[in-house]
Amino acid sequence: MDLDALASCLASPACLVTQTTSGLIIGMLLFLVAVGLTLIFGVLKVVNFSHGAFYMFGAYFAMTAYQLTGSFALAMLSGAVGTAILGLVFERVFMSRVYGRDVLMQLLVCYAFVLIFDDVVRMIWGPEFKSMGMPAAFQVPPLFIAGGVVPPYYLLLIGVALAAAVVLGLGLARSRIGKVIRAAAHNPGMVSALGINTGLIYGGVFALGGMLAGLAGALAAPVRSLTPGMGFSVLIESFIVTVIGGMGSIIGALIGALLIGLIRSFGSLGFPLFTEGLMYLFMVIVLVSRPTGLFGKEVA
Amino acid sequence: MKRTRKPGITRRSTLALMGAGAVSFAAPWVARAQAKTIKIGMPTILSGRVAQLGTSSRNAVLLEVEKVNAAGGLAGRQIEMVIRDSKGQPQEAARIARELVNTDGCEMLLDGEASSGSFAVHEVARDLGVLCIHTCSEASSLTADPKQHIPNAFRCVRQGIHDSIVGASYAAGIAKAKGLKKWATCSPDYAYGRDTTGEFVLYLKKFAPDVEIISESWPKLFQPDYTEVVTKILQAKPQALYSCLWGGDLTSYIDQANIYAMFTQMEVFAVNMADYTALTVVKNLPKGIHSGDRYIKTFPPTPENAAWGDAYKAKYNEYPTNWSWQNATAVMFLNEAVKKANSTDGKKVAEALTGLTIKCPFGADGTVTMRADDHTLVGYAIGWGTTIPQEPYVPDVKAGDWKTIFELEAEWKKSKGYT
Repeated sequence: MDLDALASCLASPACLVTQTTSGLIIGMLLFLVAVGLTLIFGVLKVVNFSHGAFYMFGAYFAMTAYQLTGSFALAMLSGAVGTAILGLVFERVFMSRVYGRDVLMQLLVCYAFVLIFDDVVRMIWGPEFKSMGMPAAFQVPPLFIAGGVVPPYYLLLIGVALAAAVVLGLGLARSRIGKVIRAAAHNPGMVSALGINTGLIYGGVFALGGMLAGLAGALAAPVRSLTPGMGFSVLIESFIVTVIGGMGSIIGALIGALLIGLIRSFGSLGFPLFTEGLMYLFMVIVLVSRPTGLFGKEVA
Repeated sequence: MKRTRKPGITRRSTLALMGAGAVSFAAPWVARAQAKTIKIGMPTILSGRVAQLGTSSRNAVLLEVEKVNAAGGLAGRQIEMVIRDSKGQPQEAARIARELVNTDGCEMLLDGEASSGSFAVHEVARDLGVLCIHTCSEASSLTADPKQHIPNAFRCVRQGIHDSIVGASYAAGIAKAKGLKKWATCSPDYAYGRDTTGEFVLYLKKFAPDVEIISESWPKLFQPDYTEVVTKILQAKPQALYSCLWGGDLTSYIDQANIYAMFTQMEVFAVNMADYTALTVVKNLPKGIHSGDRYIKTFPPTPENAAWGDAYKAKYNEYPTNWSWQNATAVMFLNEAVKKANSTDGKKVAEALTGLTIKCPFGADGTVTMRADDHTLVGYAIGWGTTIPQEPYVPDVKAGDWKTIFELEAEWKKSKGYT
């Protein structure tokens, strides 16, 4: 435990800025993965254990597009669109067959696909780790804000993730499609009886979830090494985020992800040997005091 | 109409039985003919995160075996390698090693396992008495600890303690020259990371007593994001950083530290940087990272080493790794030991291997030795240098001094109660 380091950081604006942005970066990437997970659970009532694979595919799609075209924008687009299509196909062909089935059955199908997707990546891109590399436009010295260090690429990353959160939140709350999705989550039978194609809604939601995870993977690709199985470590933290925020809640995923990011960044200063432990400890405290998570709704 | 089979032996089954009988009578001749080849078993890691290293071990062994076979084999017997995937699991490595000897009839073992698996294979070698050469485990205690010593096992691998002595001596020189007193460490949180960092710091302080460690970070193995570690180190404002992160973890770390311009703010000593697996993957390799030599074809700077690296690349379309040269050296040792013993009998070969010095492209002076008293490799090329972003990646490697290594290693063994 190194509480002195934590206290002196909290007293210094430079350290505060650096560690807060560091927490935001970790948190925003986590949010993009976790929000898809929570959305799919909220509407489809399926815990998509294979969600990390979309993060992995997003990163690999982005790397390949970047190598082929040299365009960072196209790389991000390929990561997002590629995983959206993959999500749609995966949902229509496989997941749609296990709705309403035993949770164990759903979990087994998802877990099987975790392994299958890892092997597919291994076959296409090889077993060794890869690196996409930082685009030249972002290979610039970091910015100094109030003495704190902030890399420009991370500002973009936070911006994109925030924009995704706002669009998603407003879209679900205000738009007609958003209302239909919320209605389908609440009472799929009634929505279906009103002549709305629920299959299409389910496929769309799954594709949206996959797309957000793919976008996270694409955004992370320039700074993280790409390996088959890279989705799994992100998945565990995303589960923690959704459990803290409340399964099915988008604002919960955002707050949960940011809290986890900040716990990691400030925890590594004050509790260098217990940073991971802090995350789990926080989850336990939330679960004990609010079993449905911070923003989860009580089940009637 | 349904036909029913008559009870008793039919003509067809009688013929089948006769055929089987003929084959089993003929089998001894077949087996005797096969015994002219010598089977060597090799458990290694061919799947999972370390698969690249296991594959590069297999490649190097096959490259060398091809040469030995072309020159007539081991005492006239062609080598047949039986290589199996342990998936990096120690219990699987031990099971495979036992099976290779007992079921497949392998007469020798090359143990291509990382440290955790090699201790398990070592116990199998102890139990079966089969000749075994460890080719990947760098854990010093595998041969330094007298409790591990058995006459039939050898280690043809660089050793953690050698790396720490050479690395610390090199780093101390730079620390003194540039006045680097405040150091930070950042290494993976498991046995290898903790031990290697501990030994490096121990010797760094011995060679440069002014050095002070002001920040330690222990990210977990295969952690995807190091941002909080990077910013924590930046806050501490050290003058130098030591890390024994490796592989994909190291390249992730470099990519993430790069955008914080970390490499312009402190001297970085990353022992595992100068391995082609990492060097060729990092897209924006910073200039001036200090690294130990893992395998590069320009160190030792001899035509033999360069030719070996090029031959490997020509055959497999990628550069060899640290595990590659060690495995190749093991096959070279076997070849020379069998020549010396004029036999492929495991006991005789083990006796010939003990204290054997051979010509080798990876030797500091063109030779390497299997030290007699602890059955471990010494005299291999070991050194440190700084990186540049393109080939040859580490243009100028400063060679470690084996005299100093031997002196300090002897002291270290005494302090551990090994001698």
